[in-house]
Amino acid sequence: MAHSARRDSPELPDFSLLKRLARDQLVYLLEQLPGKKDLFIEADLMSPLDRIANVSTLKEHEVDKLYKVEYKPITSTSDQLCFLIRPRIKTVKWICDVANADKATGKFRRYKIIFTPQKFYACEAVLEEQGIFGDVTTDEWAFYLLPLDDDIISLELPEFFRDNFLAGDQRWVRTAGSALHLLHSLYGPFSKVYGIGRCSKMAYESWREQVAEGEQRTRQAEIGRVFLIDRDVDFVTPLCSQVVYEGLVDDIFRIKCGCVEFGPDVTSDKSVKVMLNSQDKVFNEIRNEHFSNVFGFLSQKARNLQTAYDKRRGMDIKQMKTFVSEELKGLKQEHRLLSLHIGASESIMKKKTKQDFQELLKTEHSLLEGFEIRECISFIEEHINRQVSMIQSLRLLCLLSITENGLMPKDYRSLKAQYLQSYGVDHLLTFANLRHLGLLVEQQPGETLTVMESKVGKLVNDKTAGKLTDAFSSLARKSNFRALSRRLNLVPKSGEEYDLRVPRDMAYIFSGAYVPLSCKLIEQVLERDGWTGLEEVTKLLNGNEFAVTGSNGADSKAKNDAQRIILVMFLGGCTFSEISALRFLGREKGYKFIVVATAITNSSRLLESLLDNHV
Amino acid sequence: MMKSKADEEDYWNSSKFKAFTFDDEDDEFSRLKESKQAVNSIRRLVEEDDDEDDVEKVSWSGEPVGSISWSVRETAASNQRTDREPTFPKINTDTPTLSKSNSGYSLSSLFKGKTKGGNFQSFNDCESELHCMNEWMNDDWSPEETIQRMQQGKAFSLEKFRSLQDKLLLLDFAVSAHDGNVITAVLIYLKRTLGKEVLFRELESRQTALRHLIQYLTETRDQRLLLELLRSLCRTGPCTTGREHLSITDENKRRDFLKSCLSLPFSPEDSAHVQDHFTLLERQIIIEATDRQAERGGKVEIFQKFPRRASILNMPLVTTLYYCCFYHYTEPEGTYSSSLNIRQTFKISEKQYFVTALAARAKLKAWSDVDALFTSRNWLGFTRKKSPLSFQRVVDILQKNSAPTQVLQDYVALVDDAELRISLAQKHKCHDIVINTYRDLKDRQLLLGYRGKVERGSAEERKIDELLNNPRRRWK
Repeated sequence: MAHSARRDSPELPDFSLLKRLARDQLVYLLEQLPGKKDLFIEADLMSPLDRIANVSTLKEHEVDKLYKVEYKPITSTSDQLCFLIRPRIKTVKWICDVANADKATGKFRRYKIIFTPQKFYACEAVLEEQGIFGDVTTDEWAFYLLPLDDDIISLELPEFFRDNFLAGDQRWVRTAGSALHLLHSLYGPFSKVYGIGRCSKMAYESWREQVAEGEQRTRQAEIGRVFLIDRDVDFVTPLCSQVVYEGLVDDIFRIKCGCVEFGPDVTSDKSVKVMLNSQDKVFNEIRNEHFSNVFGFLSQKARNLQTAYDKRRGMDIKQMKTFVSEELKGLKQEHRLLSLHIGASESIMKKKTKQDFQELLKTEHSLLEGFEIRECISFIEEHINRQVSMIQSLRLLCLLSITENGLMPKDYRSLKAQYLQSYGVDHLLTFANLRHLGLLVEQQPGETLTVMESKVGKLVNDKTAGKLTDAFSSLARKSNFRALSRRLNLVPKSGEEYDLRVPRDMAYIFSGAYVPLSCKLIEQVLERDGWTGLEEVTKLLNGNEFAVTGSNGADSKAKNDAQRIILVMFLGGCTFSEISALRFLGREKGYKFIVVATAITNSSRLLESLLDNHV
Repeated sequence: MMKSKADEEDYWNSSKFKAFTFDDEDDEFSRLKESKQAVNSIRRLVEEDDDEDDVEKVSWSGEPVGSISWSVRETAASNQRTDREPTFPKINTDTPTLSKSNSGYSLSSLFKGKTKGGNFQSFNDCESELHCMNEWMNDDWSPEETIQRMQQGKAFSLEKFRSLQDKLLLLDFAVSAHDGNVITAVLIYLKRTLGKEVLFRELESRQTALRHLIQYLTETRDQRLLLELLRSLCRTGPCTTGREHLSITDENKRRDFLKSCLSLPFSPEDSAHVQDHFTLLERQIIIEATDRQAERGGKVEIFQKFPRRASILNMPLVTTLYYCCFYHYTEPEGTYSSSLNIRQTFKISEKQYFVTALAARAKLKAWSDVDALFTSRNWLGFTRKKSPLSFQRVVDILQKNSAPTQVLQDYVALVDDAELRISLAQKHKCHDIVINTYRDLKDRQLLLGYRGKVERGSAEERKIDELLNNPRRRWK
């Protein structure tokens, strides 16, 4: 773990304030409905709620029974019902059903809906349509940000990705702006904002307007700079297999809201839920390590622990007493954590060995390098033929398409046909979605397209031409990965030695095979204090970059540590591997990064959100 | 191969990613096991006086519950006004700028703006504001001002925007504000107050708004209007029909629906997929009916021995093929359920057919069928084993279907690459192959080393000894 860490890294701001604010507002809202009440909580809000309040907090404020929203008739007998939900039409409709059923049986109750983080007009329209508007009171719980760790804050909005990038629905833009606004007013004022991507631009604008609308106080800034990035700027990184410990744990066991459930295969006993964050001393030391280093570390740690326990031999009573009161507790805690992570590593090893992980990684690396593509295609083909994991096959197809700037028409058709044969024709929808996002496309001869466009354009009026351009642009959307990779040096020359124990750059998070594009962009922009000199790169990324300085930024520059505290906001999700890479970059350059993500994502979550074979 | 432990560790840690392998169970794994043992040995001590609660809980240290007054103070503090000049510049978000409407007189300054994040806006607040607002409702908020108010969560009314021009202005301002919530709200109003034809026509040139409407209709499950909208836009692609299709659960209705889809203007490629899908479902309905009956009748042995776990309806093609290879392998090509017929009808690739048949027959332990799959005769009538799949994969598939060593051995022996062959043979304990390969490599050392890995007194050990003790053998 010999990192050339710079010692002058600034301290991170204290984000527990965010939790306190959220909790207090919730308490306030609960008090708006005095008396005993039953509380219905939307399933995906349970874990976030757990992180900021506990049952006794709720009980203190006269919450009687707690229910999960299950879209079924309710059994509650309370005459006051409170619903804590995301602003989703489906949920609001269900509440209307509940209220209407009560009406039909002549039961009188009071209802209150608390929308978090905000309410949408469309939800109110449902209340109106169902004849419930006025019978329920509604409120907003501005719980925008959940700190998952010292340096990770999540909006816990996984649907952000699909809504924004696939459906083109901008409902969450203002939410992102508001989240930024909250951070700005508590930890700002920011002095510089950089960004890339359409959504980033819109979120910036929304935030700027909210700053202009509201009032602000002058205070010492704790966070100086902000970087906004759209997930669709870099799809390659989240599609790669994760091999850094924390990412690997997420890929295999799925970390949910900072918490993971280890089954009997890990604990060799009953399942346990474990919080994974910097409070876990063992985890904190291995989370950013390449998996190959984890064993060594764990066995060293086990030896140390043994030695520490052995100390008690030959102690007299008094020494033993001090040992028990001072050290034993810590040792036991460490012991528990250590056996958990050893168990997890073991289970990871077993699972990965079973599924030819080595070959899978080799294929991924070849794709990144643009090397032996035919072999990669036949590997993917076999994967599909054997009906191995549907998501895994899709992931490889997408990776192939992005790195190769689309598939050759012949390959595209054949792989698509085989995919549909293996996993079902329903996936026609999935393919349509992936094409729409530019994740899995057929190569289009570029010239033909523009020629056709201009020819057709001359024939029709402007309006239609605009429409055509839209249609074409989604087809022509190229990833340009190869060119980007060359320009930014993302893929180190193969054959070079790479010491994973002493990483020399961010590529270590992918075994030295690839520097994540998203993090490389952040590094470059911070270094240049803007996009100057990166014109070619931004062109390849379809533009939409910006760098703006606030009026309070110019003078206070370099005055304090805040300039080295950088908030990076990933719109559409961020992976643990990227967080690890940024932590590495921070150590190298003396920055501290705070990652704000609409949700923590990985390849499975990303692709699952694009499936359409469910209704 | 015979590197010392230290050497190997060095190698591990220094070379590039190829060095780390998840396949190598011996090394890292045993290290891990050691550490596990070490940790486990300590367990007893730990459990002597384990206060579970203390150890079990690892949680984020939450601060004690802050009081409401504290929070209110905090909010109040954040409201201290300083300067109001915009601190950050506006950036161009590539939407066409709209002409400002000429009702320049703004009333918004009369109302103190409420910040969204900080203040707790209670219902009562809303009411009072609403009441207050009603006084001003007959006023003339311009479309732009109305959109702004909507964004800020202030009271507003859309009812007075009755001309098409006003409605569209409203929509365009909403779009340029990039607030999906407001865009949808305006669309709901337009949907209510405009004829579909007019609405759809205007949306054609407003892509962002159009996508919001599609999303809204999808969410509210307004299938009928959604389909109408998409049809009017000539978007008959998979999104339209797919969703409708998935909502049909009855297989016969589903088939009929698919049939009606065949005439839709899909891309030629997709229409072939839909055609296949239709044919497949038709086929599945027939097979399912026959097989269910056969299973109930209790006379067909295979259904008794391996009861069907699920119906074949709506399963993917490959699953159907597997099913037919499993239950109907020997049927003549003429029947609907024959695997060869399925292969023909759907033009399944050789490799795909091979993989599936192999897995199905191996599962049944029908080794002669497996063997027959590989056998091809050349023009002289000699048989030899051929496979469209690498033999390494073949072994993998067989092994996953728990083939015995004798069967595996035959196929491991066919792996071309010697190194790969040895590692596979070792993995699956095909001792003969390892021994023979070492013999052919004339490597006495390796053979000697392998002697320790076979069972004492076994035939393999004797074979090794024979080789080693044979004075006529030449070694490297």
